[in-house]
Amino acid sequence: MNTTESAHGQPLLAARGLYKAYGSTPALRGASAQLRAGEIVAVTGPSGSGKSSLLHCMAGMVRPDHGQVMYGDEHLAHASEDRLSELRRTQFAVVFQFGQLIPELTAVDNVSLPLILGGTDRRTAHGQAHSWLERFGVLDRAEARPGELSGGQEQRVALARALVTGPRIVFADEPTGALDSLAGEQVMTELTAAARELGAAVLLVTHDATIAAYADREIRLTDGRTGALEVSA
Amino acid sequence: MSTRHILLGLLAMGPRHGYDLKHRHDERFPQARPLAFGQVYTTLQRLVRDGLAEVEETGSDGGPERTMYRSTDAGARELADWAGSVTPSAPFVANEIFAKVVVAILSGGDPAAYLAAQRASHMQRMRELTAVKSAKDADLTTVLSADYALTHLNADLRWMTTTADRLATLTAEVEST
Repeated sequence: MNTTESAHGQPLLAARGLYKAYGSTPALRGASAQLRAGEIVAVTGPSGSGKSSLLHCMAGMVRPDHGQVMYGDEHLAHASEDRLSELRRTQFAVVFQFGQLIPELTAVDNVSLPLILGGTDRRTAHGQAHSWLERFGVLDRAEARPGELSGGQEQRVALARALVTGPRIVFADEPTGALDSLAGEQVMTELTAAARELGAAVLLVTHDATIAAYADREIRLTDGRTGALEVSA
Repeated sequence: MSTRHILLGLLAMGPRHGYDLKHRHDERFPQARPLAFGQVYTTLQRLVRDGLAEVEETGSDGGPERTMYRSTDAGARELADWAGSVTPSAPFVANEIFAKVVVAILSGGDPAAYLAAQRASHMQRMRELTAVKSAKDADLTTVLSADYALTHLNADLRWMTTTADRLATLTAEVEST
């Protein structure tokens, strides 16, 4: 039940003292967080507390103004764009609230894309994409385009695309935000079960405590800051 | 909770011994307090007295005497009326969390620290309940009961979050004057 028990030692990903402002608006004002291998962590807090900014900085999508993000021994804040895009293709995966699939591609092509970009041949990529679509119960929608999918189906296809590369970390920003509560819970059940099976860590941003309860623990943000516990954790 | 109606509901599935009813109750309502045998038999006797249930047969199978009960038509009507009737919505909810915050404010305590600690405890319980209902072998009753508890804990959490925000705003206003 509790994967943190088996995940002591060095954190997989650690942010320390992050500051980030957009224009004159501060988003992060000294946020720290750690993610261990295979751990599912929820980042919660009121709207505007910096949850998404923390996720973006930790995923290497946004560079912080100050502070460190360490992925193992690697400084993400100083990594080259090439290295960051390689990480995003092979070791990190992202799931957003909506709008992450390419509208012109079918579900199976969307899921295959990260593999094909990584050099996998199309036939193998399609085979793996099909098995992930099956796992998430949307194999019958493989040839549908995103516009033809329900919200729940679209998120399942997005999960398949996130997990198809076997990432070490899944960054999920309000992945159930556009779904009704039952569909949201189903997506969370599937995401957490698949991540635990793969041994992937999940950093989950949510404003909803019932969604945060799928995680092993919670990081609480207030006004761009995390509690004292996170600094020393 | 109306034990009488729950027993009528269990009898709606067919005649049962008191012993069976107790076990079915505890199985169907795993989060509720288990029924005592004495309570089951007293309630059954009252149902019979009120014409809502009757004795189907009394047998012993060589062991102790066992009485089989079944619901009457009046019992079925009573059950349908109860199950379809609206439970009064509580006008106010008084509970210990609310009381502790009020007392902390009145006595110059630290309500924010209390709220943060209470939040951590609620989240821990919510994670446990989520694990229970996400288990592969969880049956429908378990899922529904966990959902019910989770929704109520979440309501507490939302109140606690709003209260913590209100306290922070009030404190900031007081300090700036």
